[in-house]
Amino acid sequence: MNIVVLVKQVPDTAAERTLSGTDHTLDREGADLVLDEINERAAEEALTLKETAGAEVTVVSMGPDSALDAIRTVLAMGADRGIHVRDDRLRGADVVTTAKVLAAAVRTVGDVGLVLAGNATTDGQASAVPAAVADLLGLPQLTQVRELRVTAGRVRAERETEHGEATLDAPLPALVSVTEKINEPRYPSFKGIMAARKKPVETVGLDDLFPDADAVGFLVTRTRVVEAVPRPARTAGVRVTDDGSADRQVADYLIARKLL
Amino acid sequence: MPEVLVLVDHDGERVHHTTYELLAAARRLGDPAAVVVGTPGITGRLGESLARHGARSVQAAESAEADEFLATPAVDALEHVTREVSPVAVLVSATTDGKEVAGRLAARLDAGLLTDVVDVDPSGVATQVVFGGSYIVRSLVTHGPPVIALRPGSFEPEECPVEARQRGLALPPVDPARSARVTARRTALGGDRPGLTEAAVVVSGGRGVGGADGFKVVEELADALGGAVGASRAAVDAGYYPHQYQVGQTGKSVSPQLYIALGISGAIQHLAGMQTSKTIVAVNKDPEAPILDLADFGVVGDLFTVAPGLTREVTARRAGS
Ligand SMILES: Cc1cc2nc3c(=O)[nH]c(=O)nc-3n(C[C@H](O)[C@H](O)[C@H](O)COP(=O)(O)OP(=O)(O)OC[C@H]3O[C@@H](n4cnc5c(N)ncnc54)[C@H](O)[C@@H]3O)c2cc1C
Ligand SMILES: Nc1ncnc2c1ncn2[C@@H]1O[C@H](COP(=O)(O)O)[C@@H](O)[C@H]1O
Repeated sequence: MNIVVLVKQVPDTAAERTLSGTDHTLDREGADLVLDEINERAAEEALTLKETAGAEVTVVSMGPDSALDAIRTVLAMGADRGIHVRDDRLRGADVVTTAKVLAAAVRTVGDVGLVLAGNATTDGQASAVPAAVADLLGLPQLTQVRELRVTAGRVRAERETEHGEATLDAPLPALVSVTEKINEPRYPSFKGIMAARKKPVETVGLDDLFPDADAVGFLVTRTRVVEAVPRPARTAGVRVTDDGSADRQVADYLIARKLL
Repeated sequence: MPEVLVLVDHDGERVHHTTYELLAAARRLGDPAAVVVGTPGITGRLGESLARHGARSVQAAESAEADEFLATPAVDALEHVTREVSPVAVLVSATTDGKEVAGRLAARLDAGLLTDVVDVDPSGVATQVVFGGSYIVRSLVTHGPPVIALRPGSFEPEECPVEARQRGLALPPVDPARSARVTARRTALGGDRPGLTEAAVVVSGGRGVGGADGFKVVEELADALGGAVGASRAAVDAGYYPHQYQVGQTGKSVSPQLYIALGISGAIQHLAGMQTSKTIVAVNKDPEAPILDLADFGVVGDLFTVAPGLTREVTARRAGS
């Protein structure tokens, strides 16, 4: 079976994130870039399946030059090969373009049994890319998964959302997105890091993925930012040190604010 | 007036509050057309309350299998109606389910998608709060029917009774090779509590709560206020509370009228999920805790005395009024 893991490089969340003043896209120059933590867990699930059921794991990332680091990290964890979609025209790609490009990259792998992704990225947090990729590939979508079992050509998963839990079942091939609670990802070993340097990574652009497309007509985004302004930081309001009356003071405050 | 599609959130018996918010937003853009996806008979139960909130038409995609598959029945229904009536926009709630439906629909229609929208104006410009509340971005959809996922709690529901036309949609059966089947469902163990992302009040506990038992204090305050319970990642990772209640960057984003943080330090990743709340109250033992720097009302104190005391105050004042 071929497994594809979709991974994204994101700015480290501990750092401040800013939007570029010129085109309102994420300012990546000023940011520390890391492989999104949830994607390590998607990779871990793929590698567990590789060990238990046998699979070839391809890691796919769409992003600038630096995204290669994210791919190498997953190769060091044990994935077999990488596809780096890199094309300057993809700057500012929206959810639909991202999904189209990733779907096209998955198609180049062929005979894919499982596509694994994170449930949401920490930068965009659209949480819509995996569902859109599933739609474009015509695959059953098993998303927001905290437990996964793959046996005899079927996938079963426990889905978790703010409305509760659900058990999902579908035939392979399928697309799965995982939550941060699904597993603890392995650390790449020194041997893994050395081996990753020699593993094949194919760099592809839009012309490779969409040879028939008319380059002029290729839509990168279907939305336009009219305005982006930093939100004023919140400031502290009232502060009290509890002397036994804080509960009453909070209640009074809530009444004054018509919250009670 | 042009039509605006609204995907109805419901539990099979009742329309969710978030749908009324969508209908209120839709009325700014055109005539709301409610799209109901559910098992046979559902539209009969929901039609009246949709019309009371301004739905000029109710498009019913009823089928026995509507509940059996994840996401695709709703996407199929919205795609079908969109191609038929060319709406000016399609609105869904920015819940986990809603965002996934929106993503699939936008991909099928090759349309612009805007998620976590907190405001829309009649010209179609949508406001989003991004990067955990640090930027306000206003955007337009420039291609295809705008697919807009509205963050729960951003709009005030309005009653506006109208006569709603009802119409049944006949959709092709779901292809089980392309859709995941839902074989079991367990609703959130919040019982009667409102959903985390929809609640007007959220009371969250952090590592300071000290254990699963300690969360009783959090739950009791939430129940007294009619709110939902949330948790920090540290509390979830320590096994104090289930993951689906995690608030923050990798948990749920909430923007209630009132957010109460008990024993939560206020790490940037937690703030990312709650700092757009209208009012924030925090209780923390440590006067240096960052959460106190943005709380509208901060208490330096022990949550195990302040929270139960507040629960008593709330209960007494509610009983008194
Ligand atoms: C990629 C990434 C994603 C993350 N995503 C999230 C996320 O989605 N949500 C999230 O919450 N975190 C997230 N985190 C973790 C985040 O960085 C913090 O570690 C976490 O929020 C801390 O939780 P806490 O405030 O409950 O615990 P702590 O930071 O340990 O704070 C506990 C607080 O409780 C107070 N306290 C203790 N006892 C009492 C008492 N009796 N009464 C009153 N106060 C008391 C203490 O003074 C302290 O301030 C993420 C981290 C990373 C790296
Ligand atoms: N540019 C990208 N390259 C590869 N995978 C991506 C990319 N963007 C999103 N994904 C995948 O989709 C998941 C959810 O992303 P999002 O819908 O943007 O929140 C991520 O965790 C990745 O697995």
